[in-house]
Amino acid sequence: METLAQLHDRALDAVRHAKETQELDDLRVRFLGKKGEITAQLKGLGALSAEERPAAGAKINEVKTAVADAIAARKAELEEAALSLRLAEEKVDVTQPGRRQGKGGLHPVTQTLRRMESFFTAIGYDVAVGPEIEDDYHNFEALNIPSHHPARAMHDTFYFDATTLLRTHTSPVQVRTMEAGEPPFRVICPGRVYRCDSDLTHTPMFHQMEGLMIDTDVSFADLKGTVEEFLRVFFEKELAVRFRPSYFPFTEPSAEVDIECVMCRGDGCRVCSQTGWLEVMGCGMVHPNVLAASNIDSTTYKGFAFGMGVERLAMLRYGVNDLRLFFENDLKFLRQFN
Amino acid sequence: MKISEQWLREWVNPDLSAQALMDQITMAGLEVDGAEPVAEAFSGVIVAHITACEPHPNADKLQVCSVDTGSESVQIVCGAPNARAGIKVALAQVGAVLPGNFKIKKAKLRDVESQGMLCSEKELGLSDNHDGILELVDSAPVGQDVRTLLNLDDLSIEIDLTPNRADCLSIAGLAREVAVLNDLTLTAPAIEPVAATHQDTFPVTLEDPVGCPRYVGRVLNNVNVAAQSPLWMVERLRRSGIRSIDPVVDVTNYVMLELGQPLHGFDLDRLKEGITVRRAQDQETLELLDGQTLTLGNDILLITDASGPLAMAGVMGGEQSGVSPETRRVFLESAFFAPIEIAGKARGFGLHTDASHRFERGVDPALQEIAVERATRLLVDICGAEPGPTQVHEVQANVPVPATIALRADHVKSALGLEIAGEEIQRILTGLGFAVQETAAGEWQVVAPSWRFDMAIEADLVEEIARIYGYNRLPVTQPKAALGPRGKPEQRVTTAAIADRLAALGYQEAITYSFVEPALQQAMFPKEAGIKLANPISADMAVMRVSLWPGLARALTYNLKRQQDRVRLFETGLRFRETSKGTEQIAMVSGIATGSRLPEAWYENGEALDFFDVKGDVEQVLSLVKGVEFDFLPGRHTALHPGQSARIERNGKLVGYIGALHPSLARHLDIRQPTFLFELRLDRIVKTELPAFTALSRYPGSTRDLAVVVDEETPVADLMNSIREMAGEDLESLTLFDIYRGKGIDSQRKSVALGLTWQNPSRTLTDEEVNSLMDSIINTLQTRFDAALRN
Repeated sequence: METLAQLHDRALDAVRHAKETQELDDLRVRFLGKKGEITAQLKGLGALSAEERPAAGAKINEVKTAVADAIAARKAELEEAALSLRLAEEKVDVTQPGRRQGKGGLHPVTQTLRRMESFFTAIGYDVAVGPEIEDDYHNFEALNIPSHHPARAMHDTFYFDATTLLRTHTSPVQVRTMEAGEPPFRVICPGRVYRCDSDLTHTPMFHQMEGLMIDTDVSFADLKGTVEEFLRVFFEKELAVRFRPSYFPFTEPSAEVDIECVMCRGDGCRVCSQTGWLEVMGCGMVHPNVLAASNIDSTTYKGFAFGMGVERLAMLRYGVNDLRLFFENDLKFLRQFN
Repeated sequence: MKISEQWLREWVNPDLSAQALMDQITMAGLEVDGAEPVAEAFSGVIVAHITACEPHPNADKLQVCSVDTGSESVQIVCGAPNARAGIKVALAQVGAVLPGNFKIKKAKLRDVESQGMLCSEKELGLSDNHDGILELVDSAPVGQDVRTLLNLDDLSIEIDLTPNRADCLSIAGLAREVAVLNDLTLTAPAIEPVAATHQDTFPVTLEDPVGCPRYVGRVLNNVNVAAQSPLWMVERLRRSGIRSIDPVVDVTNYVMLELGQPLHGFDLDRLKEGITVRRAQDQETLELLDGQTLTLGNDILLITDASGPLAMAGVMGGEQSGVSPETRRVFLESAFFAPIEIAGKARGFGLHTDASHRFERGVDPALQEIAVERATRLLVDICGAEPGPTQVHEVQANVPVPATIALRADHVKSALGLEIAGEEIQRILTGLGFAVQETAAGEWQVVAPSWRFDMAIEADLVEEIARIYGYNRLPVTQPKAALGPRGKPEQRVTTAAIADRLAALGYQEAITYSFVEPALQQAMFPKEAGIKLANPISADMAVMRVSLWPGLARALTYNLKRQQDRVRLFETGLRFRETSKGTEQIAMVSGIATGSRLPEAWYENGEALDFFDVKGDVEQVLSLVKGVEFDFLPGRHTALHPGQSARIERNGKLVGYIGALHPSLARHLDIRQPTFLFELRLDRIVKTELPAFTALSRYPGSTRDLAVVVDEETPVADLMNSIREMAGEDLESLTLFDIYRGKGIDSQRKSVALGLTWQNPSRTLTDEEVNSLMDSIINTLQTRFDAALRN
C-alpha cells in the first residue's frame, strides 16, 4: 500500500517531468480533481477516529497544496520557456531596411524659396504671385523703364509680340499689388523669370524673390536693416555685408548688396573671383515715378524694394557649383536635398 | 570701358594704392570689373636699332641682324619677316627674363651665334600678335628700357558702368568722381582754342533739330595721314582695347576716351556741297565702314550730303566718306544727338560701337566745342593739320537744359535715416559739379551740371549725397510699421501642402522650363497651338508649354537614360494657352511615374506600378480637399492610353486628367515601360471645407457583405453610387473589398464584393431594418445593372 509520502513524491515527480501545460492540466485532474488520487485520500479519512482525523486531514491538505503549488510553478516555468522560445523565433534583423515607398522630396529652389518666404512672412510680409506672360506696361513702363531706355538692354527680354513678353523680373507683381490695393504694403513676390541668355552662369529661366515695403516712414537705413537681417538669418552666419551704389530705373537711391564670400570667408577664392565679395541682390528706395504710376502719393508714402536670385542663394547656401543643374532634374542631384 | 590707371592719375592722383583706388571707385557705384597689368612681367629688354640684315647661311627663313644697343653692336638671329635694317625694335639681351620666366641666353641657331632675341608683342605679353617683331617708333631712344619707353608699369582697369552714368565713360568723368571722393582738384590738361589758320568752312544744315540740336564742325587742311600716331597715344588706346588705325581715327578715339565726346572725321574731298542731318527716307541704303550695307527706315537719323547718306548718326560712319591714306582735308564732326533718337538703333542692326554706346546713354551737350579744340590741337601737332574756324550749328530750344531741383535737408534725413550736415551736402554736390544755392535754412536750389542729364528729382540728389558720403556709413535700422498680420485662410489648400504630400508619396519635385520643344508638345497636344516666342533661345525651347507634361516627360527620359528605371516626378507651375478670352495662365500640379511599384528592396517583387497606384497617389492629394467628392470618369486625352485615362471632375467641372502615357507617344519618347501621368488645376482644388463635427454614435453598427456579378463594362463607381443612393442616411461606410474574374464567372462579367456598415446616432438598428435596406439595394442593382447575387 502506497503511503501519502510516496503519493506526494510521485505526484511531484510527475509534475516535474511534465513537458506541456496540457499535461499539467491532466495531472491536476489526476491528483487534485474530484476523483483525483489525493482527493481520494480525503475520502479515506472517514475510516479514522475523530481524534486522528484532523491531523491526517491536515497532512493530506499539505500534500494537496504542495502538489497544486508545484503545478503552478511548473506551469509558470513552462510558459516562461514557451515565451522565450517564441521570442527567439520571432527575432528579426533590425538592421534590415524598413518596408516603404521610395523617398521623394522638394526641389532645392523650392526649399530655398520657402526659407526666404518664412523670414519675410514672419515679419509681416504677404506673398503675391502674378502672370509670367506679361505686358510691356507692367514689366517696364510702370517701373520707369520707357521703351528706349538703355536699361532694357540689361534685360534680354523674350517677346511674343511688340507689347507681350515673358516677365524679366517679378517686379510687375509689385506693380499689380500696388494697383490693386492701398498702402501700406509689405509684400514679397517669388517666382519664375525669364531672360534671353544662356551660358555657364545664365539659364533662360530662373527664380527671383522681390520684396516691397511702402509706408509713411521708411528709410534707406530700414532697407539696410531688413536686408542685413535677412542675409544673417538665411545664411545662419554673421557675414560682412556691403551696399554699393548702383542703378535700377525703379529705385533711387539704388544699391547692389555684396556679402562676404561664404566659401572663403572673404579671403578670395574661385567662387568670388578672388574679390572676397559675392553680389547677392539689388535694392533701393522706390522711385517716385513708380509710385505715381500706381497712383500712390509719393509725398505721403515712400518705400524700399529688393530683389534676389533664388538659384544664386541656393548655390551659395548648399555649395552647388553649376546653375544648370537646377533645371536638368537629374534625380541624383535632386535627391541630395531630400 | 577700359582705361589706363596712369592716364587717370594724370588727371587726379589720390594717395591710394591701385587696389584701394579701384575699391573706392567700385564703392562709389562705378563697378570695377577687373584690372590687368598692361604687360606681363619681363626685364632686360631695351630699345635697339637694326643696322643691317643678312640672310642666314644655313636657313632660308632666318636672318642675321646687326643690332645697335647704344653701347655696342650685337649679332642676333631672327626669323621675323619684318626684321629689316633701319627699324627700332625691342631687344631681349642676354640675361633678360621674358614673361613665363623665359630666360634669354647666348645661343647658336644653325651654327650662327645669337646674342639675344628680337621680341614680338606676344613675346612681351602685350598682346596676342605674333605676326612679326614689335616695331617701335623712330623717336625711341636706343638703349632705353622698353618698359620705360612704353610706360608698361600700368594697369588696364575695366569698369562696368550702369546705363545712367554715361558721364563717366571717359577719363574726365572718372577723374571728376575720384576728385570729389578724395576732396582733390583735377589736374586736367589745359584745352585752349586753336586759332584758325584759314577761313575754309563746310555748310551744315540741321533738318531734324530734335534728333540733332548741336553740330560742331571744323575743316582741317593739309592733314598728313601718313604721319605716325605718337607712342603714348597708341599705348593709351591699346590699354583701352582700341587698335591704332591712322592718326585721324586715333585722335578721334583718343578724345572720345579722354573727354567722352565721340567724334567723326570725314574726308572733305569726298563730301558734296554740305552736310545735312536728317532722318532716313524709307528704304534708303548706307554702306558702313565695316563694309555692310544697311537698308534704313525713317526712324534712323543720318548724316548726309548732296549725294546721299554718309553716316548713321551717332553709330557708325560710311565707307565712302571716311578718312583713307589719300585724305588731305578732313571735316571734323562733333555733335550732340538726342539719346532717344539713338537708343536701340544700333542694336536693331546688330551693331554696337563706342559711339552708339555713349550717344544712346547720353553725351554732355556742352562738350562739343571743347572736344573739337582738343582734337584739333592733337591733329595739328601730329599731322600738321591747318584748322579753319570752329563752327557751331545749334537749335538752342532743343538742347537739353540741366535740371534745377529743390533739395530739403529734412528730406535727405527721412530718406536716408541720417542727418547729414548742410555743409557736407553742399561740399558733395559742388564737388560733383552741381551749382548749389541755399534758398532757406536747410533748403537749396540745385542746378545739375550739363553732363548729369540723369538728374531729375530730389531722390537723384539724395543718391548722389549718399553715394559720396558712403552707403556703408549710413545707419542700419529696422523698419517700424503696424503689425497688422494677415491670417492664413484654413479653407485653402496651399501649393506647399500639395507638394509636401507628393514628396511624402515618393515623388521628387522637378522644375522644367516653361518653354518646350514644339514637336513633342504637338505630339502630345495636337489640338493646342502653343504660344510661340518671337525670339526663342533655341529651337527646342520655342513654344510655351500648354501642359507640364512635355517638360516632365523630357525630365523622365533624361533620368531613364542615366540608369534610373524608377522615376516619379512632379512639378507645379503655370501652363499657357491662347483662348478666345485671351492668354490663359493656369497653375497646375502635374506628375509622371514609371518603374516598379516600390523601390528595389528585399520585400519588393519587381511589380511595375499601374494605373491604380498613380490614381491612389492622386486620391491622396485630393484628400487634402476636405468635404468634396472628385469624380474619375472614363475620358479621352490625346496624350493618354484610351483605355487607361480618366477625367477628374469636381461638381462637373474639369479638374484634370490621369492616365497611362499613350503607347505611340512612349515610342516617340523611347520609353519602354508603362508610364503614368496626371495633372490637376490648382485653382480647382484650392477650396476646401472646414471639418464639421458630428456627434459620435454610442450604438453598435451593423455590417453586411454583398457580392454581385455584373457586366465587365459596368463601372464600379456606378454600382457604389446606386448603393449609396438606396442605403439610407445611416450608411456609414461602403468599401469595395474584392473584384473577381475567372473560374465560376462568365467571361464578360466580374464579381464585385462590397462591405456595408450602418450606424444610427441614437439607437441600435434592427436586423429587419438593415435586411430591408439590403433587399432594396439588391433589387436596384438587379434592375439597373442586371446584377446577380453571388453566394
